[in-house]
Amino acid sequence: MSDSVTVLYFAGLREQFGRGSETVALSADVLTVKDFLTARRQADTTFEAVFSRFPRMRVAVNKVMGDLSTPVHNGDEIAFFPPMTGG
Amino acid sequence: MSSQENARRIRVVVQPSPFDMGTETARLLTLGPDIGGLGSFLGVVRGGGGLVALELEHYPGMCEQSLTTLAEDALQRFSLVGCTIIHRVGRLVVGEPIVLVLAAAAHRGAALDATRFLIDRLKTGAPFWKAEEFADGRRVWVESRQEDEAIAARW
Repeated sequence: MSDSVTVLYFAGLREQFGRGSETVALSADVLTVKDFLTARRQADTTFEAVFSRFPRMRVAVNKVMGDLSTPVHNGDEIAFFPPMTGG
Repeated sequence: MSSQENARRIRVVVQPSPFDMGTETARLLTLGPDIGGLGSFLGVVRGGGGLVALELEHYPGMCEQSLTTLAEDALQRFSLVGCTIIHRVGRLVVGEPIVLVLAAAAHRGAALDATRFLIDRLKTGAPFWKAEEFADGRRVWVESRQEDEAIAARW
């Protein structure tokens, strides 16, 4: 089976994508969150449109806050969401 | 402090249902005679501008994990005897409690400072998102305030 990751979206991002989660194939040249985002943008133009509306988007990998340089591996859970507004 | 010992001193709950502040206070006080004071913060859905309710979304698993890490940080930083964080999710109408923070310490300074620390950090550091629901039917995601991020960073 080829490598893949689970991608989660929350709040405004979830609504804009029209889904809360999906499984995405991971190509061998994707090593970081930045690579992953670049690949998604190229593969699907709706990503470019949605991401551009969330300039302050945050990312978590395996439920830990990350950034563009965070490594991505087969089986990871990558979550994208707007800045958090709890309390 | 062992993680098992921490687990006894920390109570983190994310739930749709209401909580009882008296019950939670009594539970925290069972941690023993070292407690000399308990700080508390109760966050409530504020009305105004036609706001009817808030819808609280969260990231299950990560939420509990980040609140527990935050509580562990507070225990150490303020030498707390124990602390409690309860955060509600789902639809909450104006006037309903959203969040409860309790911090128990030997003295009032640590208890009050820790309470403030916990709520300040929680606002921008745990994966919760609020949507505002208005009487005219509008539904708007709350933008994080730079001010809140600055306050969280101050600690």
